[in-house]
Amino acid sequence: MSGLNVLFAGFGGQGILFTGKVMAYAALMEGKELSWLPSYGPEMRGGTANCSVCISDEKIGSPLVVNPDVLVAMTLPSLEKFENAVVPGGKIIIDSSIIDKKVERTDIDVIYLDASNIAEENGLKGAANMVILGRLFKECGFCSEENLDKGLQKSIPPKKANLLDSNRKAIRLGMES
Amino acid sequence: MSEKVLMKGNEAIAEAAIAAGCRHFFGYPITPQTEVAAYMSKRMPKVNGVYLQAESEVASINMVLGAAAAGVRVMTSTSSPGVSLMAEGISYIAGSDVPALIINVQRGGPGLGGIQPSQADYYQATKSTAHGDFHMIVFAPSTVQETVDLVAKAFDLGDKYRMPVMILSDGMLGQMMEPVELPEPKEVDNDSKEWAACGHKNQRKHNVVNSLYIDPATLEGLVKKRFERYAKVQAEEQMAEEYLVDDADIVLVAYGASARVSRSAVDMARKNGIKAGLIRPITLWPFPVDAIAKAAEHVPKFLTVEMSMGQMVDDVRLAVKCARPVEFYGRTGGMIPTPIEVYNKIVEMNGGEQ
Amino acid sequence: MGIKGGKPKSMTDAPLHYCPGCTHGIVHRLVAEVIDELGVEGRTVGVASVGCSVFTYNYFACDMVQAPHGRAPAVATGIKRARPENVVFTYQGDGDLAAIGTGETVHAATRGENIVVIFINNAIYGMTGGQMAPTTLPGQVTQTTPYGRDVKTAGNPIRVCELLSSLDGVALAQRVTVDNVKHVREAKKAIKKAFQYQIEGRGYSIVEVVSTCPTNWGLSPSDSLQWLRDNMLPHYPLGVYKDVGEEAKE
Repeated sequence: MSGLNVLFAGFGGQGILFTGKVMAYAALMEGKELSWLPSYGPEMRGGTANCSVCISDEKIGSPLVVNPDVLVAMTLPSLEKFENAVVPGGKIIIDSSIIDKKVERTDIDVIYLDASNIAEENGLKGAANMVILGRLFKECGFCSEENLDKGLQKSIPPKKANLLDSNRKAIRLGMES
Repeated sequence: MSEKVLMKGNEAIAEAAIAAGCRHFFGYPITPQTEVAAYMSKRMPKVNGVYLQAESEVASINMVLGAAAAGVRVMTSTSSPGVSLMAEGISYIAGSDVPALIINVQRGGPGLGGIQPSQADYYQATKSTAHGDFHMIVFAPSTVQETVDLVAKAFDLGDKYRMPVMILSDGMLGQMMEPVELPEPKEVDNDSKEWAACGHKNQRKHNVVNSLYIDPATLEGLVKKRFERYAKVQAEEQMAEEYLVDDADIVLVAYGASARVSRSAVDMARKNGIKAGLIRPITLWPFPVDAIAKAAEHVPKFLTVEMSMGQMVDDVRLAVKCARPVEFYGRTGGMIPTPIEVYNKIVEMNGGEQ
Repeated sequence: MGIKGGKPKSMTDAPLHYCPGCTHGIVHRLVAEVIDELGVEGRTVGVASVGCSVFTYNYFACDMVQAPHGRAPAVATGIKRARPENVVFTYQGDGDLAAIGTGETVHAATRGENIVVIFINNAIYGMTGGQMAPTTLPGQVTQTTPYGRDVKTAGNPIRVCELLSSLDGVALAQRVTVDNVKHVREAKKAIKKAFQYQIEGRGYSIVEVVSTCPTNWGLSPSDSLQWLRDNMLPHYPLGVYKDVGEEAKE
């Protein structure tokens, strides 16, 4: 099955849910089946934030990503919680600006991306999530570049349209990383 | 049809209700349904509708009763503990023969329980909502799009049969986003209900919306008449989706979120040479007895998968008249079964290792 | 009792089921007369509560909805929000309004829900056969306070008008009674004002009618009226507890 199951995991405020939303909207623009499922409730209050995104050519069954093809880890606890759940042959993208741990598994592809620092150096503080999304796009190519941009546009409400360019720039930095 | 947008299940319920002509929402915040109320509070004023946050679920369901009695399309939304509080009002709505839509975005119980997705309110929705002989039509969508489609249908059937309708969602369906196409907005004639209590304008006898009948024979007669209507609902409104049932050796029966998990498990089983299939009830009341009974003619084994300790499984056993073994697999308390867990159960029922 | 003339248009021909000496009949008539006089019978919707007055839906000739016990203000809220052009009133007893329905009462009042509440306070549960009500007087004997209401264990009675008069949404809170012609006239005036306030969109109005229950008090109709004067009125003084119309004049 030509599907991609991604688990975004991190801390509230890192833009975890938003990153998943941009990916989900991009998949919609691409004409794929998809689902987006957040963690919710008290655990969201200043705690962990997770988001499952499934993209497929076929109907999505369970939207809860238990064994991700790709894990995006933006905090150490979330890496430790999910690293062993990644399917063999899968990938982990780690924000190495925040997490200095190295993954011991050898059956997966681990990408250490200095995302927060890259964002900050380019005047895009807080856009590490978009840098990672750019890299995720480069690694997995879940849609066309045009549709990724459309997905971004759809995810940003008109009132916040001024944020579009900085997000684009961050995604570009991730693609070129 | 409009273009596809991504919406959370909870928000899609709200928007679909507005599209279906509902302009009256009474509710009380409770996780994981709060987005329905929040969305309504934003949208209703823009469509000249009424959003009111009540002081409790007890009050909100009775506001629903009042608005329904006055003849307008009305709804409320809550989550499991809230339905318990609404039980009394729902019984009155049924006993007064007025239509209303109640959303239950289920969470784990009993008691305060938890806030993660659950299907432990099946009995409550289909059998024991509150006191007295009555039923609600209960829909169990499994995608955001289906939720949207069923909201419109729920209002229409509620009006047609003059009875309460519940959409039994859960925390997963409520919180997840999927692409949806929203229907074209529909105008509803709120003045078409000749039984409504909205002022007789000195043009007719006074209407009374009431559930009290002191004379037992009268009450029995009315309940029996209501049950004739229910029989019609059971005959005409059963809905189920079948997936790979025709040649199946094992058929899973699951609804809502657990049906999605089960479908993934069926795919895994098929890939590994086990002829599994899925019947997904879309109406829980009326229960799709016909689809399951028909399958039981050729399917040797059934497996019911629920996010509970096993509630719908009783109805599956009744539907196959206990002529076929019906096993159960479930998780509860807010745990969502994984496809692999369900697959392992299929393998076990199929006689062991693959 | 000073009731003369034919039956108001807003009452049906159904014979009232109330006990001899019960003041429900008088209050029904006053409400119906007010509806007639304001000419709103065609757009009035009444909400019957649970208690002795449960059958009011048979007696008022306007559209009626029967509410669950205590929930009449919520049901009335639903009707009024759905049909703002309707004139909506509830008719509730003390158990319904001040015990099981306290939450709905206080919140409808504080929201300034534009409805009229007719509140019958007879200090006892009539329909279930004479149990303690939230308004039962200290020392009063009922089926469930057989030694008299001991406030140390059974708690104190609630004064509803005083309680609600502190809420911003309340347009009118007035306590009346119907033990003589003068009081009946005052009661009708208060009920009329309450309905007028609703028509003017001023908010929640409550008219508390201190009433009798000869059967469950175990007294004759005339002794009941005297008991009401001697015992009820000192504890529940008549008067206007809030009136936005009067405040505006000041």
